[in-house]
Amino acid sequence: MNSQHSDTFEPRITAFVCNWCTYTGADLAGTSRLHMASNVRIIRLPCTGRIDPLFIVKAFERGADGVIVSGCHPADCHYTSGNYHARRRFAVFHDIMQFLGVDPRRMTFSWVSASEGAKWKDVVNETVANIRELGPYEAYRALAPDAVEPWPEAVDGLTPAGDQEPAAKEVAS
Amino acid sequence: MSRIGVFVCHCGENIGRTVDCAAVAEALKDHPGVAHSEDYKYMCSDPGQALVKKAIEEHNLTGVVVAACSPHMHEKTFRRACDQAGLNKFMCEMANIREHCSWIHEDREDATAKAIDIGRTIIEKVKHNRPLEVIKIPVTKRAMVIGGGIAGIQAALDIADGGHEVVLVEKEASIGGHMSQLSETFPTLDCSQCILTPRMVEAYQHPNIKLHTWSEIEKVDGYIGNFEVTVRKKARSVDLDLCNGCGDCWAVCPSKRIPSEFDAGLSNRTAIYVPFPQAVPNQPVLDRENCTLFKGRAKGLKKDACGKCKDACLKNAIDYDTEDEFVVEEVGAIVVATGYKLYDVGREQPEGLKGYGEYGYGEDPDIIDGLQFERIASASGPTGGEILRPSDGKEPKTVVFVHCVGSRDIDKGMAYCSKICCMYNAKHAMLYKHKVHDGRAVAFYMDIRANGKGYDEFSRRAIEEDHAEYVRGRVSRIFRDGDKLKVWGFDTLNDEQVIIDADMVVLATAIRPNDGVKELAQKLSCSVDVDGFINEAHPKLRPVETNTAGVFLAGACQAPRDIPDAVAMASATGAKVLSLFSADELEREPAVAVVDEQTCIGCMRCALVCPYGAIEQREICTVDGQVCGHTAYVNPGVCQGCGTCQAVCLSNSIDLQTFTDEQVYSEINALCMWE
Repeated sequence: MNSQHSDTFEPRITAFVCNWCTYTGADLAGTSRLHMASNVRIIRLPCTGRIDPLFIVKAFERGADGVIVSGCHPADCHYTSGNYHARRRFAVFHDIMQFLGVDPRRMTFSWVSASEGAKWKDVVNETVANIRELGPYEAYRALAPDAVEPWPEAVDGLTPAGDQEPAAKEVAS
Repeated sequence: MSRIGVFVCHCGENIGRTVDCAAVAEALKDHPGVAHSEDYKYMCSDPGQALVKKAIEEHNLTGVVVAACSPHMHEKTFRRACDQAGLNKFMCEMANIREHCSWIHEDREDATAKAIDIGRTIIEKVKHNRPLEVIKIPVTKRAMVIGGGIAGIQAALDIADGGHEVVLVEKEASIGGHMSQLSETFPTLDCSQCILTPRMVEAYQHPNIKLHTWSEIEKVDGYIGNFEVTVRKKARSVDLDLCNGCGDCWAVCPSKRIPSEFDAGLSNRTAIYVPFPQAVPNQPVLDRENCTLFKGRAKGLKKDACGKCKDACLKNAIDYDTEDEFVVEEVGAIVVATGYKLYDVGREQPEGLKGYGEYGYGEDPDIIDGLQFERIASASGPTGGEILRPSDGKEPKTVVFVHCVGSRDIDKGMAYCSKICCMYNAKHAMLYKHKVHDGRAVAFYMDIRANGKGYDEFSRRAIEEDHAEYVRGRVSRIFRDGDKLKVWGFDTLNDEQVIIDADMVVLATAIRPNDGVKELAQKLSCSVDVDGFINEAHPKLRPVETNTAGVFLAGACQAPRDIPDAVAMASATGAKVLSLFSADELEREPAVAVVDEQTCIGCMRCALVCPYGAIEQREICTVDGQVCGHTAYVNPGVCQGCGTCQAVCLSNSIDLQTFTDEQVYSEINALCMWE
């Protein structure tokens, strides 16, 4: 990717969204055929309350130029209060991010409900435009290790998923 | 190493038009861990699913990624196919390349590249999926209904008729609720008591219904299928097993001037009383706050100041020393039917509301609310069904009915419409005109909302046949002028001020959630809306369920409801409870949090953030049984799988199955494969 801030720069944006509001809102944008920028990759989580702030750091470390976090509107959480926990957590995290060297302009927080396909489109397009303006996020990526190892399949002595296949068959039968 | 199968769907042309599906399948074939990759026109069709099943067997697949539509659409379909082919169904995931890709992009190259990225992300996730088993929870086939109004009675009868035991809890001394106070019901004008009291008796005599009256909910433990509810049986001072309801006790009670709740304050009752003659159970309760004996005891008198009722009771059923009793009921489902109260629109307001001091409610006896009018019009009411005004017992010749007092008023009342007032005002106007032929009924309204079966015809009948005068506009002031009440209003259709000399005014005050609903909702882990009504799980698709599994809503605890609505909701909860009880075990998706007891430090931060109270503390014991520490434990029956606990865990000991840290970090990691 061209490190110069140029017209050929295509931002990579990772979106952490909750399953019930924003993911469904993005589905609605699809069923409504609302065309939008293709730079956003969505990671589906049950609730914004599930989002560990380290996910965001990891995304930047792995090459994201921008991050979107979006969930249910306050008081609409499928799990009653997960989005309130997320909101408080990110209020605190906002400062820590700057301490870690993350530019807060690269993070977008929004509430998109299941009925707001059009709002999701706006969030996507505005974020892409903002990040395009800011340029690639080389500054943070430079801090991360050069060679990115694939995430190991076996962690801490756990059996790799592949070797569990016979057990899986038993369970299913 | 994983052997993952990738199946790219064209969805006819829905995906194929903008995404080069063959290129996606080809690109993903080389992704590490992928054993098989293909594309097909309609993957969800029978031949498409057959491809998946065949590949699972042929390639001995350990995971399946279907790149097609949203998981909300066809995840179940493909998981079922995997299950049939012998692969654990939780090893199958959807990569959404339709809603999130082909439908929202135009450029074929961009869309294809994005589809490949989405596919890779999900492949990386599936590598870390684990075979899971559906969670099974035993069900106690016994239900509790909280509230014994028409909704609660209906729900209890439906469940009991379905063959299951029901515990019906009512905070008053008798079941029946507000419906027992009504004179006649719209739109048929049939007598409320005549249709309700048989139901009350049926509930009382039903072999499957256990009744707790004069009781409240103290505590709720447990979860769907396995609730433990502690019921506080308030001290009644009357032994229901001995009492035969003869009435000797209340005949001798010297405290005779206590306002009757049943007659909405329009008549008096004694301190030991049955709320109304048709009460179920038809046995008295001793109101300790107003009893001479208990008032004496509270003052510290050494000798009891009274004791007449006990002396009069030939059955020896009265005991002044009974105390509140606590009963634990084990039930599998709970129906909440706590009903409503009316907005007391007097000048004094306890809850930060402004009230309607200008209407003089509570200050002038001839300014009454809808329930008081019901009692005046009722054959069993204080006037025996004759329309007589409370101040001097004269027949009022002009009655003004004011709609929307406290409803649809953001400034001084509730923002919502109370739903039943338009109809009962029309009914009141009719009942009045049927009894006072030369009387004049004037109704001030904002809009007439009569949107039920036969409702509009009914309210038109009040105007056309019974000649009620409907004035579109609001009332600004009501005040006493000698024998008359001056009602100042405005007729917006004629654009003129209207002043009416009335003999009696009936205010259609707003419907509000009953007292104590908020506290009850907290005990049930349910939420309430800004107005205090209990929230349903989904306003359209799950209107009688709550976000607490196994807790259902019937009637006006959820929003203002008329009788047909409340009964329909009650029967819906009955159906929900019966379907819950139709199996011996509940099946749940295993998307729940699990605690690693090896690393958990027992700080219990997870329990603090859990919206469901699903996390409890457990003791860890040494071999010889000594407690040596604590750890968190997630109850899989209660956990709903939000994952909020996982994000706060200090020692990284709690993981949400189906969205584990490994899975999410793998997805994020797949992002480095962009370009």
